[in-house]
Amino acid sequence: MKSVLAQLKQYKKDTFLTIGFTALEVVMEVLLPFMTAKIIDDGLARSDMPAILRCGAIMVAMAAVSLFAGAMAGRFAASASSGFACNLRESMYARIQDFSFSNIDKFSTAGLVTRLTTDVTNVQNAFQMIIRIAVRAPLTLITSMAMCFFISRELSLIFLAALCFLGIMLALIMRTTTALFQQVFDRYDDLNASVQENVAAIRVVKAYVREDYENQKFQKATGNLYRLFVKAEGILAVNNPLMMLTVYACITAVSWLGAHFVVAGSMTTGNITSLFSYIMSVMMSLMMLSMIFVMVSMSSASIRRISEVLAEQPELHNPETPVVEVKDGSIDFDHVNFSYRRGSGKSALADIDLHIRSGETIGVIGGTGCGKSSLANLISRLYDATEGTVRVGGRDVREYDLEVLRNEVSVVLQKNILFSGTILDNLRWGNPAASREECIRACRAACADEFIEQFPKGYDTWIERGGANVSGGQKQRLCIARALLKKPKILILDDSTSAVDTATDANIRQAFRTFIPGTTKLIIAQRISSVQDADRILVLEDGRINGFDTHENLLKTNAIYRDIYESQTQGGGDFDQAC
Amino acid sequence: MKANEKEGSFYVLKRLLTYMIKNYKFSFAAVVICIITGAFATMRGMLFVQSLVDDYILPLLDSPHPDYTPLAGALAGIVGFYILGVAAAYAYNRIMVNISQGTMRKLRNQLFSNMESLPIRYFDTHAHGDIMSIYTNDVDTLRQLFGQSIPQIINSAATLAATFLSMVTLNLPLAVITVLISLVMLKVTATFTGLSGQYFQKQQSDLGNLNGYIEEMMDGQKVIKVFCHEEASIQEFRRLNQALRDSSDKANRYSNLLMPINANIGNLSYVICAAAGALLALSGFSGATIGTVIAFVGLNKNFNQPITQISQQLNFVVMATAGAKRVFELMDEAPEEDRGYVKLVCAREEPDGTVAPADRRTGIWAWQHPHQADGTVTYQRMEGGIVFDGVDFGYTDEKMVLHDIRMYAEPGQKIALVGSTGAGKTTITNLINRFYDIQDGKIRYDGININKICKPDLRRSLGMVLQDTHLFSGTVMDNIRYGKLDASDEECIAAAKLANADGFIRRLPGGYQTLLSGDGGSLSQGQRQLLSIARAAVADPPVLILDEATSSIDTRTEKLVQAGMDALMKGRTTFVIAHRLSTIKNADCIMVMEQGQIIERGNHDQLIAEKGRYYQLYTGKPAEKCAAAQ
Repeated sequence: MKSVLAQLKQYKKDTFLTIGFTALEVVMEVLLPFMTAKIIDDGLARSDMPAILRCGAIMVAMAAVSLFAGAMAGRFAASASSGFACNLRESMYARIQDFSFSNIDKFSTAGLVTRLTTDVTNVQNAFQMIIRIAVRAPLTLITSMAMCFFISRELSLIFLAALCFLGIMLALIMRTTTALFQQVFDRYDDLNASVQENVAAIRVVKAYVREDYENQKFQKATGNLYRLFVKAEGILAVNNPLMMLTVYACITAVSWLGAHFVVAGSMTTGNITSLFSYIMSVMMSLMMLSMIFVMVSMSSASIRRISEVLAEQPELHNPETPVVEVKDGSIDFDHVNFSYRRGSGKSALADIDLHIRSGETIGVIGGTGCGKSSLANLISRLYDATEGTVRVGGRDVREYDLEVLRNEVSVVLQKNILFSGTILDNLRWGNPAASREECIRACRAACADEFIEQFPKGYDTWIERGGANVSGGQKQRLCIARALLKKPKILILDDSTSAVDTATDANIRQAFRTFIPGTTKLIIAQRISSVQDADRILVLEDGRINGFDTHENLLKTNAIYRDIYESQTQGGGDFDQAC
Repeated sequence: MKANEKEGSFYVLKRLLTYMIKNYKFSFAAVVICIITGAFATMRGMLFVQSLVDDYILPLLDSPHPDYTPLAGALAGIVGFYILGVAAAYAYNRIMVNISQGTMRKLRNQLFSNMESLPIRYFDTHAHGDIMSIYTNDVDTLRQLFGQSIPQIINSAATLAATFLSMVTLNLPLAVITVLISLVMLKVTATFTGLSGQYFQKQQSDLGNLNGYIEEMMDGQKVIKVFCHEEASIQEFRRLNQALRDSSDKANRYSNLLMPINANIGNLSYVICAAAGALLALSGFSGATIGTVIAFVGLNKNFNQPITQISQQLNFVVMATAGAKRVFELMDEAPEEDRGYVKLVCAREEPDGTVAPADRRTGIWAWQHPHQADGTVTYQRMEGGIVFDGVDFGYTDEKMVLHDIRMYAEPGQKIALVGSTGAGKTTITNLINRFYDIQDGKIRYDGININKICKPDLRRSLGMVLQDTHLFSGTVMDNIRYGKLDASDEECIAAAKLANADGFIRRLPGGYQTLLSGDGGSLSQGQRQLLSIARAAVADPPVLILDEATSSIDTRTEKLVQAGMDALMKGRTTFVIAHRLSTIKNADCIMVMEQGQIIERGNHDQLIAEKGRYYQLYTGKPAEKCAAAQ
């Protein structure tokens, strides 16, 4: 709650202005019934036309002030709430940009999108409601009560009693219903989750002919939701009649006692009329207060979800005095252990001790889940090692400025993505200052120019979101070109040529030798052919190093490597590598 | 165009109301009666307050010995009306809860069951997020509409009508003035609603833009990190975010103005009535007395309030109508067609070799053909032979993805489909179970055109293990039992053992009772595949379709699963899709697919002898055909 409110920042002023103008509006509104009484008592009752006009003029002037204040309050409320929402979105987005990989893993994409949009909209609406009503309601309550005391002390005691009665009743109702509504919203979330599940798994549902079964499940859930909702709202249905009851009781009491007071001469008839107005405003403001309560509790789930993002601490930090230069492309792992979840006991990498010289080409091979990607992710410090040190250019990666390190260590991720924009736009992610010629050269090295030039618009071809309009192999080659443009000291390809045919794959590797000879290259692959001409090949098994040598030596000494080699050269072929 | 749109939303609104009233005719009639009774009682109460001064207090003031009995009597009468009003208010509030929640429940159920009946094509062409948003955002606006706006509007309208009548009976000229001013109020409301509506629309489209940007960036968040692109991505976000702030600010600014403006026009109306009334009373024109004028200015307030309330609710009704439109669109979407009439039934073998229907599972299945001509029913043993005869298929009519597919699977055979991604392997399996209907050619199942088989029976006969595994919230046991709802725990465990899933399930914290949520997110992809194999195993279907069922299982585990799979496939016709060649070597027939066509077919040895694509892939040596092509 606090962290969310802190995002008001520059809109604090507008918030306070809203509150100030609302206060002014309320004062005018409270004084208006007083003037109405005057019109009745001094004007109408005495048939005094000038008095009516005088009071009328004052009333019109007051209405004008009230209009002005109301308009201003509305204006500032709009700018404060939309600004607040804007700040919330921005700080959440900026916080997400600070997230390290392990933070990102915690949230789902869809979840983050809802938090940034729907949840913020909920909070924005509730906030606007609250700053306009939260002031109005108590202020109206207090000033109206004050006016009542001013008119008749005795009668206002009746109001006070009625107010206490209504207040206690409302509080009781709120207490039971908020608990119920909390349950309702939990169930509601579950219901939506089950819809989502069905939408995603519709093929399974249909393949097993489980439509009726799912319908029954769903109907049971909506039935439960219905009963809870009816229970909660059934209690809320008492609100309105309860308020009417109190108001009517007050009116009856005022009519009876008021008549006596008027006869006794301690009150005027105009006073009675204005008392009726004040009764209404007092009760109305109490209702509004209870409504705010409902609003807050309804948006509390959204607030919680927003503050979860804001409170998430990025797990990686820039060092205080960062090293800003990477000397060379050497990589060292000193007895590194790594697990994705601290203390889970299941380590992705265990006791990795590895030393790679600058400029070497290293192949990495092993089964799925053996830790190949984890190893790569530690080098550009996408995650921090749990134990041991990872060094690049002779220094601990934790000593480098993150941006410097990641510019020098270029990773082509396994799950890679292009963004909407032209091909050139996408390439320039690697180097915003790259000229068209540089981009073309990088594409040539990544064997991407051949297909780009076949597009009618060439390098200015528009790439759809996520790279939906290029094939998997084309996407991978563009991603490699993008990484090459960084001119990194270390280049890591994490299974990035899996959708590229073997010949092109070989061409790309050949181009690396001429295009970036001094760069250390780490090639993670499933295919033996992608790694067999590397200087050395690392064989990983269950997060441990199983072998690290040249192709020829590994064939002789390493059983796993030989297994993989044989399975791929004899019948282990994979159709995605078709010629 | 705009007129059309208005008509459209009017139609939607009408449909929505009919939908609500249809099932709650009596309840709704009761609500309307209660609301009118309530409004009437309130009216009586208000009129009493107005007459309090004139009829009771002033006479008391004039008499030397005040007699309070008439006042007491009148009060007693009015208390009766008040009680009636309160009772009516409670009654309609309470009944309305049932109506609105009941309607919501019916709406949700209908929405869901219609969604379940839609063809797969619908889910291909609609983003899942959009479908979800109908259930959350759109249905939510309807909840507000049913629960608050509708009763509020009826209530306000009733008050308005009652007040109007009393105004007219009290004093006609003043009533005219009041109505004229409230027309001004309506005009102002319309103008401002229009203005803010324009910006609300802009706000929605700005929100859409921002939403799209966020989705794209969140998907690529890891790439952003790798390229240190955070600053640039924040900058673009800021631009879109500011645009949204701006339109949201303007939209709210105009709609916030509405309340103070209307309230103060109301105040103005009050003053004008008071002055005009005084003039009338002083001049004695149209029989106005000071008492009536005092009563009238009170009514004036009561008249303007419901107008403001209705105008506020109208804004909401417009929003809800937009939501209702999308809800109805999904509800009106045509369900999957099924013109099949051949059913699959359990059967037993008669001594003479024919099959007859059985009342429980026997392991033997039969096709039940009803014959319309003579009303007889014949039974044919289900064998599991599938034939594709010159099948053409495209997801759209313009672009065919399968061309002239001819293949046959003898009962009990294992047919393998291999080929690179996008060659059309999965598409073929989606045609067998009629997720999609073919454009040309025929698919026959035991000689029966599959269009004649009831879709549920057709699908029940095919066990599918899909490439994307999907699990449901519930226990591991529930998920396995999904294949056969009446399976005992023992059957499920046996199936898990067959799929080699038993080991890892027992290691889970709760064993078979471990709760899975969020599509089994806590399991690895390989474990999820093992579970979906177990799910297919428990279903015990005559025909199996395995679409990359082991693609995420590492080679060592795959060997173990393979034994179970072989046991499962024994005696069943099986279609296996794989791109790992090792899994399909022992198939009876291997179809090599490329670009929607079968380019080679035969068993492993034949294909090797053919020295084509399969040979090239299997041996790693360049194929003659390929070399020639290059």
